[in-house]
Amino acid sequence: MSSSSQTPESWISAFCSLVGHEYFAEVSEDFVEDDFNLTGLQSQVPMYKEALEMILDVEPEDGTEDEEEEEEEEEEDDDDMQQDGDRSYRRADAAERRHLRMASDLSVIESSAEMLYGLIHQRFITSRQGIQQMAEKYELGHFGHCPRVYCHGAKVLPVGCSDIPGQETVKLFCPSCLDVYTPPNSRFQTVDGAFFGTTFGCLFFMTFPELEVGGQKPSSSAQTTDPLVSGQSPQPESINGIAPKNLAPGLGQGNIYEPRIYGFRVSEFAKTGPRMKWLRGRPTDVTELDECKVWTQSQALHAAAEGLAPPDAADLADSEMADDNVEADEGEEEEEDMDVNDGEGAPSGTAQNAMFASLPQQDVTARRKPSRRRGHDVALTNGEGGGTALSVGGAG
Amino acid sequence: MDDYASSDSEYTSYWRDWFISSRGNEYFCEIDEDYLTDRFNLTGLNTEVQYYQYALDLVTDVFDMEVDDDMREQIEKAARHLYGLVHARYIVTTRGLAKMMEKYKQGVFGKCPRVICEAQHLLPMGQHDVPNVSHVKLYCPKCEDIYNPKSSRHNSIDGAYFGTSFHNILFQVYGTLMPQKTQRRYEPRIYGFRVHASAALMRWQEERREELKDRLRQRGIETGFEEEDDGDEDLESEDDEVDDDQEGIDDMFEGQMQAV
Repeated sequence: MSSSSQTPESWISAFCSLVGHEYFAEVSEDFVEDDFNLTGLQSQVPMYKEALEMILDVEPEDGTEDEEEEEEEEEEDDDDMQQDGDRSYRRADAAERRHLRMASDLSVIESSAEMLYGLIHQRFITSRQGIQQMAEKYELGHFGHCPRVYCHGAKVLPVGCSDIPGQETVKLFCPSCLDVYTPPNSRFQTVDGAFFGTTFGCLFFMTFPELEVGGQKPSSSAQTTDPLVSGQSPQPESINGIAPKNLAPGLGQGNIYEPRIYGFRVSEFAKTGPRMKWLRGRPTDVTELDECKVWTQSQALHAAAEGLAPPDAADLADSEMADDNVEADEGEEEEEDMDVNDGEGAPSGTAQNAMFASLPQQDVTARRKPSRRRGHDVALTNGEGGGTALSVGGAG
Repeated sequence: MDDYASSDSEYTSYWRDWFISSRGNEYFCEIDEDYLTDRFNLTGLNTEVQYYQYALDLVTDVFDMEVDDDMREQIEKAARHLYGLVHARYIVTTRGLAKMMEKYKQGVFGKCPRVICEAQHLLPMGQHDVPNVSHVKLYCPKCEDIYNPKSSRHNSIDGAYFGTSFHNILFQVYGTLMPQKTQRRYEPRIYGFRVHASAALMRWQEERREELKDRLRQRGIETGFEEEDDGDEDLESEDDEVDDDQEGIDDMFEGQMQAV
């Protein structure tokens, strides 16, 4: 930002001010000039050198150009055979090449430069400086708002659904419903999604966990005075690493569309009845999402209910537990009583899975409810017992 | 809206034609003359609409009184309001449904902004049946959610002109129009890894979905979800190693479905 502002008419700022390029941040020239940041882009972008020069507004004069080329190529020519051939060609008739370039290649270079800029941009916005810039744009609402009614105008972020250019156009990620939308204006349908990348959206909200991601509720009291939230069980400070109020605030009870005919709800057993409520669901009590806890509690309940009989039910699938073990070290708090679990000895993954599969569905769900209720009690009395997540898996 | 002021003299053209073809009123369909002239269909509207009789005359093209511009504007406004309220009743009739169904098929009401819905056509709806409470929203039958219209000129239409029931009745009547639901969804990822908080929520949601499916199966009702193997062009599998990645995702889904 700082270095690019010295030339007001730099290619980068001109590019970012084009119609349809409103989502782009201005990549600083320092970032572009650091070769490390460009690793691997040479093979993805045709006319890479020329494109890079164009982005950096390097005067394409013969002298400087050749000089720079030589510098560059000394670093690069280890593995790039094609580049070698290219170099000799360039040296032979640089002048002619320049002439050609003036004439017909300019548009090719321009599009290459755009592609290169986009790919650099994808990396830049996940850097500290870039994400900060995007945060400013986010705060100003440059990216627009979620079209979903129940998100109440939550601010969205541009993301890609692919990191490879040329596959998808840019989409908008709403943190309030964790879904992606097509930008309302068709001018963004020419912007490649890869220029923003798949990582940025989530990384952004993990970088700024204090941002209020929900939109403006019409009556703010509706959510906070929810009887279940305020009355029944205290909500933890953080669930799975983020504050509960920032975990998909646009979902859950009161934010799910309920189809009605003349005031009567349409039954889910109707042929065209509602089938998609799960998509916008969210537990009123977020501790239900603490999968490790839920699992160990169901284990504990079983140990209690069936004495020392082998534990045969848990409400989590085995494959999910495997995920958990990996994900758990994100620093989430685990609050369960590990002794119970250790005592009975959780069986190993595959054996457990086989047992789950043989269990009738109803049993599992029937047991789930009490185990969860019990879970809250445990959580209350035990307080926190941090970092036991890994040992849950280890017990098996 | 500017039109009518300049065209005071030419009231030979049908008001309803003008109304539904004017910009911003694309969502409305034309109400039959028969329907409008049947007083039964207008029960109760006389208390809702100012200058009710004049407005009705204007809508049915029999208004021929000389009034000043102010008055005409008010009557015009009342006529639009009246038309909207009658419209909400008309579109749940057989003929109205058929007309709206045609418009729906043509995509007049726009397409779902949700990426996974793949430009599913929308239907206009209101969140309230009482006028002046909320603006028109768009219902997507695929994700069963409601969205704000893209354009501000549609955003100012009263939701009561379409009502809360119409779109549901449409699918009750034309059940075959109901699109198949999809289980595919966007998964937030960082460098290809799912993010725990959202992934846990999604697993919870998918549990709810499987419970719903079980309830439906127990009663022998079609779940309405597209086949599992249709989900091959997953949006979320966007990595370089598309194949490997997809395999991983499929495995995970299958594991869940059996176990939950």
